[in-house]
Amino acid sequence: MAGEVSKAIPAKELWEGGRSPFSMSYGKMMMWFFLISDALTFGAFLVALGWFRYTAADWPVSDQVFFHIPFVHGNFPLAYVAFMTFVLIVSSVTMVLAVEAGHRNDKAGVTKWMIATIIGGFIFLGSQVWEWSTFIAGTDGLISTWGDNATITSNPYGPPQYAQFFYCVTGFHGFHVFSGVIINIVILINVLQGTYEKRGHYEMVEKVGLYWHFVDLVWVFVFTFYYLL
Amino acid sequence: MERDDIIEYSLGAQHSEEEGKKIRKNIFKVTILLSVITAVEVLVGILFSKSNPDVSAGTWEAIKYGYIILTLVKAGYIVMEFMHLGHERKSMKLTVLVPYIFFILYLIFIAINEAVAVSGENFPLNY
Repeated sequence: MAGEVSKAIPAKELWEGGRSPFSMSYGKMMMWFFLISDALTFGAFLVALGWFRYTAADWPVSDQVFFHIPFVHGNFPLAYVAFMTFVLIVSSVTMVLAVEAGHRNDKAGVTKWMIATIIGGFIFLGSQVWEWSTFIAGTDGLISTWGDNATITSNPYGPPQYAQFFYCVTGFHGFHVFSGVIINIVILINVLQGTYEKRGHYEMVEKVGLYWHFVDLVWVFVFTFYYLL
Repeated sequence: MERDDIIEYSLGAQHSEEEGKKIRKNIFKVTILLSVITAVEVLVGILFSKSNPDVSAGTWEAIKYGYIILTLVKAGYIVMEFMHLGHERKSMKLTVLVPYIFFILYLIFIAINEAVAVSGENFPLNY
């Protein structure tokens, strides 16, 4: 662990005014700045979505598209999307509990809640895969029949933009969840190895927590503007 | 360990066992609130679906604004409590929130006031 990471940086050199303007470490501040810019990407997606909704008179109503749940036939409008939202909120809560345990230097607590968060992330990703395959399969529920499959160019639900925005918005968000799970696993390994215990604080858990909450935050907006409105 | 940026600021966030209890209680409250809001949103979406002929355009308009307000409430709780921004320094709060307050106001203006310009016959996009 020698080298750049453990080299002392004088405060004068790191912060030209001699101290952090936000009373916050450099890494945490930069995570915030990254999230500010990342939010603009999703903002752009949602603005474009709003624009296309206005231009298309026959935009589908989502509770007539997303009414499937796994293993059971029937009409359950938005039930599975609501479940996915709930999973993400709960995993956000377990993350904040991991951060809280980190502030008490409670290694066992951090481990427990980080594992719960990672499991929540995997449940969400699995749900996303199921949701996508159901969406692609179209009205007959068969992915092998191409006639009514939802693709980039056409879909059985409405204008092509409906499927395009589904793939772009939920795909981009899903990729964020995926990277979040990977980063969570890396941090968990560090926790288990005692890296942060040696360092004396669990701020890395807090930083990855910021990212994970951001992923939840984006889903709150996607849920409203893609599924509900 | 020797990096002074880590030492100075990261240890300031640490808290004792009793403080932790209070914080966990608060987390629990926010969780309940977020879950209830989501449940209400979904129930309204099912009971007053846009596709339901009994739901008038005016009702749906009101529901739409309700959804936007509930979403902003949810987002506010996630950012202020879960992401801990509400407990950071004022300068940090303003740095993050001010650009987004402008951005969100701008979006609401565009969506509500200017959207007519692209809708319907003014800008027909037929596929």
